[in-house]
Amino acid sequence: MTALFDIATIWAFIIAFAVFVYVVMDGFDLGLGLLFPLFPNKADRDVIMNSVAPVWDGNETWLVLGGGGMMAAFPLAYAVLMPALYTPMVAMLIGLIFRGVAFEFRWRTTQSQRNRWDIAFAGGSLLATLAQGIALGAMLQGVHVEGRHYAGGWWDWLTPFSILTGLALVVGYALLGATWLVLKTEGELRDKAYRLSWALLFAMLGAIGAVSIATPFLHIHYTQRWFTWPNIILTAPVPIAVAGVTVLLLRSLANKLDTQPFFLSLALFALSYAGLGISMYPYIVPQSITIWQAASPENSQVFMLFGVAVLVPLILGYTAWAYWVFRGKVRPGSGYH
Amino acid sequence: MFEAWDAVVLARAQFAFTMSFHIVFPAFSIGLASYLAVLEALWLWTGREVFINLFNYWLKIFAIAFGMGVVSGIVMSYQFGTNWSAFSDRAGPVIGPLMAYEVLTAFFLEAGFLGVMLFGLERVGHRLHFFATLMVATGTLISAFWILSANSWMQTPAGYAVNADGQFVAADWLKVIFNPSFPYRLVHMVLAAYLTTALVVGAVGAFHLLRDSHQAGPRVMFSMAMWMATLVAPIQILAGDQHGLNTLEHQPTKIMAMEGHFQSHPHGAPLILFGLPDQAAGEVKYAIEVPMLGSLILKHSIDAPLAGLDTVPRENWPPVPITFWSFRIMVGMGFLMVGLGLFSLWSRWRGTLYQSRLLHMFAMAMGPAGFIAVLAGWITTETGRQPFTVYGLLRTVESASPLAAPAVASSLIGFVIVYFIVYAAGLTYLFRLMASAPHHGEQGPSADLPARAAGITPAAGAATQGSAR
Repeated sequence: MTALFDIATIWAFIIAFAVFVYVVMDGFDLGLGLLFPLFPNKADRDVIMNSVAPVWDGNETWLVLGGGGMMAAFPLAYAVLMPALYTPMVAMLIGLIFRGVAFEFRWRTTQSQRNRWDIAFAGGSLLATLAQGIALGAMLQGVHVEGRHYAGGWWDWLTPFSILTGLALVVGYALLGATWLVLKTEGELRDKAYRLSWALLFAMLGAIGAVSIATPFLHIHYTQRWFTWPNIILTAPVPIAVAGVTVLLLRSLANKLDTQPFFLSLALFALSYAGLGISMYPYIVPQSITIWQAASPENSQVFMLFGVAVLVPLILGYTAWAYWVFRGKVRPGSGYH
Repeated sequence: MFEAWDAVVLARAQFAFTMSFHIVFPAFSIGLASYLAVLEALWLWTGREVFINLFNYWLKIFAIAFGMGVVSGIVMSYQFGTNWSAFSDRAGPVIGPLMAYEVLTAFFLEAGFLGVMLFGLERVGHRLHFFATLMVATGTLISAFWILSANSWMQTPAGYAVNADGQFVAADWLKVIFNPSFPYRLVHMVLAAYLTTALVVGAVGAFHLLRDSHQAGPRVMFSMAMWMATLVAPIQILAGDQHGLNTLEHQPTKIMAMEGHFQSHPHGAPLILFGLPDQAAGEVKYAIEVPMLGSLILKHSIDAPLAGLDTVPRENWPPVPITFWSFRIMVGMGFLMVGLGLFSLWSRWRGTLYQSRLLHMFAMAMGPAGFIAVLAGWITTETGRQPFTVYGLLRTVESASPLAAPAVASSLIGFVIVYFIVYAAGLTYLFRLMASAPHHGEQGPSADLPARAAGITPAAGAATQGSAR
């Protein structure tokens, strides 16, 4: 192991950051797709769609940065993980196609057909979310590597653990979607979103608990990482903070503070994500390949670092501006579409 | 099932299929984004209503085309890892940063300002909205810059070294980015995008002029499109010629395949117009050829010697028939475009630009010509560089993922089914939008349902299609 902040470590944080921004941004708009079947009313669905139509494309771009950035900064990890996760990845891409085109297509059809694109939106969101969660679980449980190649089969990813993480992500994205609706809507739609947020919060806590209990059984490394002295000084604050955020989230839901539940849900995601990071570090392909083994040559990483240092703040700036332009509650009939 | 199939062939089929369906949308949206910027600028400058009507009309079409480009593009960005993992491992340190820069400088710019462009005219004011349109248009061009740089590096690698793990690494980033074929490819592709869009705009304009030659919107768009065809099609032929000479210098084998030159010609090569290339026999059957013209075009001298595929080991031959024919289709389309441009110029001079039914029917028939030419050109350049992914250095068979054939076959079938559903629907909606003429008070995607249903415009009847949304 080299210095604490060598360039590979910096890049690991950058990729982790890109994936995290993707997870929370596309998380809530995939979550809206997951909740779609629970809102059969056409007017509600129009409002839900309009609440995210101007920004969904930007949200998904972070996924491209996560993938493209990984190919550039950690090509070996990209080359091993993508074939290992082949089926979930293809399923995710197909899901994203259906839900992505639904944003435009559902406005271009007659009534009965529009419903068909509503189904595509909901189904595509569910498929993409499940696939992402399953991919996460499959990665955590480790993949079979020989030399510089994936050496397993094309169904290795399918285990009870990966199914668990798939379902957990469905619950998590749905919570983000529900609290987003609390933030962006009013009236009965918002009241329903509040009720859903309650149920989904408890489901989310259950999911976090289940994944946290199951992870240490995957590999001795995870147990040591979390439960041995002195690591525990660093790891113990994570569950404590989860408890704290949960209390705040429950209070904001009880007091109907519209803006808070969404951001507290994001905090819950951030903590779960930090937990994942603690489990994985310093591996990028768990138990096989570390970030240093997978790293691109330094001149590739440095070349991109200049771009990231200048451009990512700029991107965050104009993305925030786009959200600001479309801030506030979305009202029926006054949508952007 | 599928165990007997070759996983690499399946992976190539999948890449070709998903790429072909993807490339037509960026080609269209690069041109359309610039056209929208021009329309909005003309509107802000002149204040004439016809320009904002046209802007809103094409904006709705842009929204659909762009969305389809995005979702099919995400597939491409992950396919490098899922299906070409050995390539990603070895070329990732060079290709990866170029694509990362594309995401950082182009995709985010487009996506960040797209929402404002589509839905924000009333929210941010005219000037800021125009700025958003400009950013989207600029983003599409920056995207073309990086992805063509990456593709060109794979065609004509430069500025690289190979490390101990067998990976390509950059020795000089400027040489990597501005590799020998990049400037030619970039110009050729951006011009192709502009022509493609102009031909679609012209065809839609012609369609509506055929029904009523007095409509302001169709007149303006038809005239603008025909100027593009008149001016850009000849420039494109010149750019293509220069690109060809560059290819002859750096990828001579590709030119041999494009020209069907199996044999070397030490005293001036003919130009084979048509014929049936036979890869196994190593000859072009039933060739119709013009003596010496091949050397004249490629070497600008009638008796200059030209080497043929007989100087290249057979295992390095690209698939000649595909390269030969796709090249001819592209060139044929190019000359038809020049013909359309000249015809329109003549009609314009005679004052019959908006009345000539023959011209309008020709323009309508040429609507898809840009897409055909882009696809044919793409196939020419991509099959012509086979059997390599990184030209001369990394073979296609060494680039693929260690996947079993059934896995690739299943995903290929999945993509085919999904694309046919999604593209059939998308094309239907695009044609439906194009079938109604741009009219007075045209609304952009920002118009909401009640305002449309109430029919606030005198031409509400003509907007029936739009109000169904």
